[in-house]
Amino acid sequence: MWKWFHQLASPPHFYRIAPIFSAVLLLPGLALIAYGVYAGLFLAPMDYQQGDAFRIIYVHVPSAYLSMMAYMIMAVAGGIGLIWRMKLAHAVAASAAPLGAWFTFLALATGSIWGRPMWGTWWEWADPRMMSELILLFFYFGYMALRAAIDDTAKADKASAVLALVGVVNVIIVHYSVEWWSSLHQGQTIMAKDGPAMDPGMLYPLLANIFGFTLLFGSLLLRRTRTEVLFRERRTRWVKEMILAPEGQS
Amino acid sequence: MESLAMGGYGTYVWTCFGLAAAVLIINEWRVRARQSTVYKEIEVRIKALEESA
Amino acid sequence: MKPRQQRMLAVGLVAVGLAIAATFTLRAFKDNMMFFVEISDVMAGNYPKERNFRIGGLVVAGTVEREEGSLDMSFEVTDTRCALPVTYSGVVPDLFREGQGVVAHGRMGGNGTFVADKIMAKHDEEYMAPEVAESLAKHVQDQTKSVQYLSTECNANDS
Repeated sequence: MWKWFHQLASPPHFYRIAPIFSAVLLLPGLALIAYGVYAGLFLAPMDYQQGDAFRIIYVHVPSAYLSMMAYMIMAVAGGIGLIWRMKLAHAVAASAAPLGAWFTFLALATGSIWGRPMWGTWWEWADPRMMSELILLFFYFGYMALRAAIDDTAKADKASAVLALVGVVNVIIVHYSVEWWSSLHQGQTIMAKDGPAMDPGMLYPLLANIFGFTLLFGSLLLRRTRTEVLFRERRTRWVKEMILAPEGQS
Repeated sequence: MESLAMGGYGTYVWTCFGLAAAVLIINEWRVRARQSTVYKEIEVRIKALEESA
Repeated sequence: MKPRQQRMLAVGLVAVGLAIAATFTLRAFKDNMMFFVEISDVMAGNYPKERNFRIGGLVVAGTVEREEGSLDMSFEVTDTRCALPVTYSGVVPDLFREGQGVVAHGRMGGNGTFVADKIMAKHDEEYMAPEVAESLAKHVQDQTKSVQYLSTECNANDS
């Protein structure tokens, strides 16, 4: 088991197999999203209160979920890199940041557009859910700026991993903000205490989109990490051999 | 056509789905672009080193 | 500037940026906690006199009145114990309905009425098809019907 894990985490091996794993995630991911988007827009019944505006949920919830998921992957990978000095873990953390930032932006933007007609406001500065999600975006920016600021990769890895771990507190705040404080944002739907508070016809396309977005994210993360590994290993022998090999492929 | 109007919320709904599609496409494109840039840079450097050696 | 100084500057800017963001959030949280006043407190006279604050509750069914030909409207908001009259002039969000959650931003007028300058609607975490909601006997519309107003407690300091 450990041997297999170490082999998987070895840069040349990871570089070779990442595209295969990436494709394996991408295809079902796209299929799920295709079903989720179509069913969410046209098959799911409209909501008894929000009418068709509720359909924004099909892109808002997956991106909001990924904004936190990506952060946790970044922080945990950073932590693994700090503790076990695993090179691949730092490459994963560095690659998760820009993806996470994009999904955080998407969650904020779609939430804002949804809030205008339903709640009557684009944005509320005093709202805990909205503010903590915005802070999440700042943490991603801070993380990437910190990395960009430190030339020494090993030092950048350590400093940014510490920052990422500190920011986990904020992710917890994002998650519980709707319970701890009074927010315009409603509470948990899918993870509600008595089971999902949603019609099955609405729920299945949503679950499909959540899984689909996650698979797509996984596919992007694998390929981003692969490029990061290539860059970090640019002076090593295996990269030189690969590039000079007659059948060298990108 | 009626279903595209989304009961009057068409602008909001379609903007959100459009944004989501844009973000996914941008990320797919960026991942590919970065891989080819990094690969080419390394290729140029290594081949230059090889010729000078 | 030397590269090392540049890096120091960049790290410093990141730290300052995060600090500003954190301060901003904490202030926003504080505002949210301090200037969100319970209806019962408002009716007991415990509210900020010189500034705007927020109230939240349910719109009491049957109290929404709109002025003919203008955007002026009035309704009552309840925390299920007390009901506070609110006036507002403007367009309300689509989810603003009788018996539903509402958040109003504004200040107290002279006659024990809350004068709102912004109305926001809340909704719960339940999603269902209109037919299903109908078959569930429209429980949502009736949330405030059963409210027993303890008027003696609520109107103690009413002017």
